[in-house]
Amino acid sequence: MLQYLLTFVVLGQPATPPAAGADKPAAEQSQPAEKAAAGDKKPEAAGNPCDKNAPRPANKPKKTLPPVGPRTDIGAGTYWMPVANSDMAEHVDGLFLAILAISIFCFVGITIAVVYFAWKYRHREGHQAPESDAHNDALEITWTIIPSIVCVIIFLLGWKGFVDLNTPPKHAYEITVVAEKWKWSYKYPNGWVDENLHVPVGEPVRLVMRSKDVLHSFWVPSFRVKQDVIPNRYTKIWFEAKTPGVYRQYCAEYCGDRHSFMKSLVVVHPPGGFKRYMEEAEQALLDMPPVELGEYLYAARGCNQCHSTDGTTKTGPSWKGIFGETHQTSAGAVKVDENYIRESILDPTAKVRAGFNPVMPTFKGQLKDEQIDGLITYIKCLK
Amino acid sequence: MATAATTIDSSGAPPEPSYLTVKRGFRNWIVTLDHKRIGVMYLIGITTSFLLGGVFALLVRTELFFPGSQIVNEAQYNQLFTLHGAIMVFLVIIPGLPAALGNFSLPIVLGAPDVAFPRLNLFSFYLWCTGAALMLLSLIVNAADTGWTFYTPYSTTTGTAVVPAVAGAFVLGFSSIFTGLNFIVTIHKFKPKGMGWFQMPLNLWGIYSTALLQVLATPVLGITLLLLLVERIGRIGIFDPALGGDPVLFQHFFWFYSHPAVYIMILPAMAVMSDLITTFSHKHIFGYRFIAYSSVGLAALSFLVWGHHMFVSGQSKLASMVFSALTFTVAIPSAIKVFNWVATLYKADITLKTPMLYALSFILLFTIGGLTGIFLGALNVDVHLHDSYFVVAHFHYVMMGSALIAFLGALHYWWPKMFGRMFNERVGQVCAVLVFIGFNTTFLPQFVMGARGMARRYFDYDPEFTRFHQVSTIGAFLMGITLVVSFGNLIYSLFRGRRAPRNPWGGTTLEWQAPSPPPLYNFYAHEQPVLYPIYDYSDLYYDEKEGGWLRRADAKPEDEAYEP
Repeated sequence: MLQYLLTFVVLGQPATPPAAGADKPAAEQSQPAEKAAAGDKKPEAAGNPCDKNAPRPANKPKKTLPPVGPRTDIGAGTYWMPVANSDMAEHVDGLFLAILAISIFCFVGITIAVVYFAWKYRHREGHQAPESDAHNDALEITWTIIPSIVCVIIFLLGWKGFVDLNTPPKHAYEITVVAEKWKWSYKYPNGWVDENLHVPVGEPVRLVMRSKDVLHSFWVPSFRVKQDVIPNRYTKIWFEAKTPGVYRQYCAEYCGDRHSFMKSLVVVHPPGGFKRYMEEAEQALLDMPPVELGEYLYAARGCNQCHSTDGTTKTGPSWKGIFGETHQTSAGAVKVDENYIRESILDPTAKVRAGFNPVMPTFKGQLKDEQIDGLITYIKCLK
Repeated sequence: MATAATTIDSSGAPPEPSYLTVKRGFRNWIVTLDHKRIGVMYLIGITTSFLLGGVFALLVRTELFFPGSQIVNEAQYNQLFTLHGAIMVFLVIIPGLPAALGNFSLPIVLGAPDVAFPRLNLFSFYLWCTGAALMLLSLIVNAADTGWTFYTPYSTTTGTAVVPAVAGAFVLGFSSIFTGLNFIVTIHKFKPKGMGWFQMPLNLWGIYSTALLQVLATPVLGITLLLLLVERIGRIGIFDPALGGDPVLFQHFFWFYSHPAVYIMILPAMAVMSDLITTFSHKHIFGYRFIAYSSVGLAALSFLVWGHHMFVSGQSKLASMVFSALTFTVAIPSAIKVFNWVATLYKADITLKTPMLYALSFILLFTIGGLTGIFLGALNVDVHLHDSYFVVAHFHYVMMGSALIAFLGALHYWWPKMFGRMFNERVGQVCAVLVFIGFNTTFLPQFVMGARGMARRYFDYDPEFTRFHQVSTIGAFLMGITLVVSFGNLIYSLFRGRRAPRNPWGGTTLEWQAPSPPPLYNFYAHEQPVLYPIYDYSDLYYDEKEGGWLRRADAKPEDEAYEP
């Protein structure tokens, strides 16, 4: 367990959304600062917007989503391949191993021949090259034709697999994938946006993908699927997971500074689990206290790619202790208050803090007022 | 002939000064029209670039020893691997064999005094210098971080100094085109009487096929890079989707050149290896015509397979299928060459000198590089392996394990001819073996981690890949240290090495009839080279006093009826 927790911490992938206690250690690992702060102010906690353990009205029970468990694809699989979690993946593995066998056969054969000849016909006292042919058409035609036949067979097998890979069943469940520097968002038919890909087991899922900026590539090694994600064009991919679990998803096309951090998890839910997750997701958003909602959005909408909460400067200014401060901006000195934060979210280039570039995209039309309230509260609480 | 020449030398006829000493001084070197001096200058430039690219590679490998940041941050890491790739591809491997060693050897192998256009040759060299300077400019200003592939729209939007790097690659392209043009004309026009196309050393077939690619494919790179510059500076919307352009179009343009470019790197390597293997086997090459045709075949096919870099790029699925099928055709000529080299070793008389050890390494490493290409040619397997470390390992086996190992082999092979000195054989042999071991330690683990899910160009990685990266890094340092030692060995020989005989290895091609190092016009005026049947070793014998190989006085020259 510990090494998995460590994995999350090291990779900057806290278990989200915040857990209610089902996975307490994970929740603690991901937000130690807040916990400590809450602990210090225990006596006056009631009514403190920053305290997530504050009592709630009876009609608003605290709803949270089950945390994403540890990855189940580490250490699984064969020596060569990660765990194969679909029929197509098994086809890929079969062909891979067949080519591997042929390759090892050829390589070992050639190596033995080279080493044996180099030893047997080595130059030594009195040794001369015995008479031998300078060419032999029959032999050469043989070793032209046999590899040709092998290649045709391999091509046909690869072609068959490729056709399957690009022919999703008609009834596949569709999820929209949006890639941008440097995060993935998965949009579900009910409007829920998740930072991880949640899918049901045993049902075909089709991803319709687009990029907001540069090229990215969607890769899930356990499914053996990969597809570049391109701006101004939709690319598609599909798979059908066989085993529930948590699998790694990567960006495979180089996309800039944080390319290697642009990854997420694929959660394959057991039967019934996916439907439950979707229902909970919808409810959870509405019920979150503002500070929790803000913290959730901070990770889910990718604020964390550019803004830190611990004072380190990334592409954008850190949020730690920023509220109430006065900063130089492109439009003069500005005090960070509710209105400035709101403006910075909706019109980020209006007042850009000195020392930073105007690179933040607008969230106008993408965040509801309640969500902006949540983010403001969250920033307020980052002391 | 060589016997006669020795006689003349020892009888005290005044020998002409070698090309190295005929005119001294820096100024004479930089305006020289002598193909050998230009070759040596290329060699200095290319080895320096190789050193620089190697340092970047080791920095990348050091950074990857553990997950997370070790010595650089993510932005610097991206600049490091971009510089490593761009320098190694554009400054080292593409010009390495043709421009440096090809320049030196081509006219001598033809028995000619120089290339067809010596001034153009010098111009190519200065274009190379300009390109290198532009790349360095990018390095100094704010090194590009696009990867050597310059994929749009990243390359049109990133804040780093992409323009000088792209301009550098553009200029280097012209250097390559002019060199190719020069070599094509040289081979057509300076082929000596009696040397038909099929009496040409296989090295020349390789240089010729490469030159065709340089002339036909490189202009496409020029156009592509020019469009990229215009796009980046003028924002006109060819490749950038934000302006209505198509980023996949750039990939088509880019690979239309860059796939043939792989063969610009590998064909001369294969060609030199054919000559090395037969020389050190002391036996006629097996299947001369198949090897020669397969060079030309590879050159032609290399134009038809660029789409196999783009199976998951969003190009049409039908196109992917066609490109996959065509890709497998490339496997055949490559396999033929390997089989022929191995067959050449059969019933031979093999001396494992340093160049031969590199040649045998080359056979094995190229076999791995070629076989792993089959995985990547198979469509659905490639979908999984694309953009992973499997691909990284595959192309390093081809570009470094094959092309650069061949460069090292060829460098050791012609070193005595270039500078008239023998390097320390024992050190050379040990280095060749260690380079082989270091190379495999570096890149074999990358196949495994790639297949297991390690994506390329990653600054940080999941902890399960750590041990693979560590083995790889250790191998890289072994290789780096060995390469420094082997270059040191060569340089040391310039001062302390034994004087080289005319024919230290027992080669049959014409350059071994020339003095080591050759005079300005390659052969003494009083002893023009004589063509003997190609790859016929029966008339050669080793002479202890000479320290090299001589030809029996009764050897029969090539029948002139072979004239084409």
